[in-house]
Amino acid sequence: MAQEAKNQDLPPLVTRKAVKTKKELDILLADKGIRYYEEMEVFPVDTAALKKTLDATCKSRLRTWLEICAHCSLCADSCFFYLANDNDPKQIPSYKIKSTLGELVKRKGNVDTQFMINCMDTAWGKCTCCNRCGMYCPHGIDMGVMFGYLRGLCFSQGFVPHEMKIGSCMHWLYNAQMDVTVEDYVETCEWMAEENEEYYPGLEIPVDKVGADIMYVVNAREPKHYPQDLAEAAILFHLAGESWTVPSKGWEGTSLAMFAGDWACCKQQVEGVYAAMERLKVKRYVGTECGHQHRATITEGPYWAGRKSGEPPVPGFHYVEWVLEALETGKLKLDPAKKIKEPVTLQDPCNYVRNHGLTDVTRKIMSYIAEDFREMSPNREHNFCCGGGGGMNGIGRYRKERNIGLKVKRDQILATEAKFVVSACHNCWDAIRDLEEVYKIGIKWSFLKPILLDMVIVPDHLKPKEE
Amino acid sequence: MYEFVSGPLALISFAIFFIGIIARIVLYVKGLDWQLDRVAYSEKLGAGIKGAARSLFHWLLPLNRTTANHPIFMGVTYLFHICLVIAPIFLLAHVVLIEESWNISWVTLPDKVADYMTLAVIAAGIFFLIRRLVDPNVKILTTVSDYIVLAIALAPFITGYIAYHQLELGAGYKSWLIIHILCGEIMLIAIPFTKLSHFVLFFCSRIQLGMDYGIKRGGAKGRGIAW
Repeated sequence: MAQEAKNQDLPPLVTRKAVKTKKELDILLADKGIRYYEEMEVFPVDTAALKKTLDATCKSRLRTWLEICAHCSLCADSCFFYLANDNDPKQIPSYKIKSTLGELVKRKGNVDTQFMINCMDTAWGKCTCCNRCGMYCPHGIDMGVMFGYLRGLCFSQGFVPHEMKIGSCMHWLYNAQMDVTVEDYVETCEWMAEENEEYYPGLEIPVDKVGADIMYVVNAREPKHYPQDLAEAAILFHLAGESWTVPSKGWEGTSLAMFAGDWACCKQQVEGVYAAMERLKVKRYVGTECGHQHRATITEGPYWAGRKSGEPPVPGFHYVEWVLEALETGKLKLDPAKKIKEPVTLQDPCNYVRNHGLTDVTRKIMSYIAEDFREMSPNREHNFCCGGGGGMNGIGRYRKERNIGLKVKRDQILATEAKFVVSACHNCWDAIRDLEEVYKIGIKWSFLKPILLDMVIVPDHLKPKEE
Repeated sequence: MYEFVSGPLALISFAIFFIGIIARIVLYVKGLDWQLDRVAYSEKLGAGIKGAARSLFHWLLPLNRTTANHPIFMGVTYLFHICLVIAPIFLLAHVVLIEESWNISWVTLPDKVADYMTLAVIAAGIFFLIRRLVDPNVKILTTVSDYIVLAIALAPFITGYIAYHQLELGAGYKSWLIIHILCGEIMLIAIPFTKLSHFVLFFCSRIQLGMDYGIKRGGAKGRGIAW
């Protein structure tokens, strides 16, 4: 009783609105999801608002997909969750969307709390929005797109995983997925440049340099947890002789808001990056080794920002595209003697391979860095999600489901007999690290930057002067 | 009775069918929204058309991974659809009827070939039915309407076969002929209003996803993904 009385005095954690203040964020963070999910169990559905949203946004594409699904089950084995869960029919993409969004549309939003919780548990706990199923449906029904849409509906009703609610709040408050301010970021840049200047004379991380060729944008995890990544990027740009800059405001390219389904926040986030492109008058954008950074800022972002062309203000490139260009043009030269000798395999991230067509870029890079490159099967646009995409890695509530899902990637890696996995994506990198932690198959994994840095030939004029 | 079902009722059915499918296409296209769908349909129409063409090419022909992974089911599906569309349109008896009414005609299939195609449709239909009843993956997805739709699609072929071969199955030739025509009309009318609307919406959906990939998901950068 005492606990209940105490809870009644506390501000509600589950709300239909996005959380946009530091005070609310701190309460959410302190809760760790316990009271949050308890509250959700009794949180009412605003059916009128849900119906209104459906009427306004669920248009012919989605309705047609739901209507013409032939219930043929051909999407079943396209889904890694289906495979990892011993071919459980309840994991068939078609079943998952039909029993959630399909019902929601059929009932015109007239659903209850338990129904919405099931929608949440399906949209985030049984789907990573990898869009693989859409490539296998004869009718061209992309269930990943529908789950993305369902996430938006869930968010608008307050039925969103704890960490995703926090993620969107971070973007509202910091324009970044973590609590890294512009000052923190600029300081980290200065710090990393100073740390490495001794070994790479003239090294700098130019902040807000107007008219640079490249505007480099990162994932907040880098300044927050792996600042060395930022230093590696700087060194490689430096050695390649690039004219580049990082923006102060608009430095973050990722969007947990996209995973959360907070579309208003997605718009705000991406507009900050676009404003930096315009302010700094750069020629192009290069985003770090992160898949959803590319998806959010380059692929989907233009639409959130209302850009009819579907293009960002300047051409957008993923880091792997820049690397290949630098290798092919000779801006970066690698020492062939340092090529990786042991068998290496490559993870294809859904967000820039299946969803942006960069199918061959990373393979060409592998030819520069690996002597024994082994493809996973299937690969390229047919590759399976790492198992942690779409925000799944970060959600405690679905950790068990995530770990089961990792089995597919584990078996793909084992089949290559390689013990080294290259992953130019943060989410994939995390998932592969976690699968090693859970299944202990004895693998190493790496981003491209450390590998390149290990092999790159430093031009004489950029070497430190001997004392 | 025969005059009624083959005359005014046939006309009404064809009218509902044609107006219905055109309406479905128009409503589909009108409901597309570049910002909600996040596809720059009109701004990048060229890339979109290319993607749409690629998508149709790979799926109208068996040049896709799903066919490679499920050759039997997809083989049966292709056969079913080809026969289902070709047999009735080019059946001699149908073309003769149309010529008598509207004085237009076109090439016809030899009766023997049409007969085999009819049997293929029925056999494929039975295969789908058994699969629905037996395969746990399909079972979990199946609703009553799936059976009704399958029955609507198969009925004209089963009754047509009976009528053509003048099989004495509880009713005479004339009755079976009338039942056959009615079944055909039910199918025509059902197409715009049921899942059978995939008769046209299949093309809409494939074109849309093709455009999505062609415009946004790597159409400009990739080597062309066969989605």
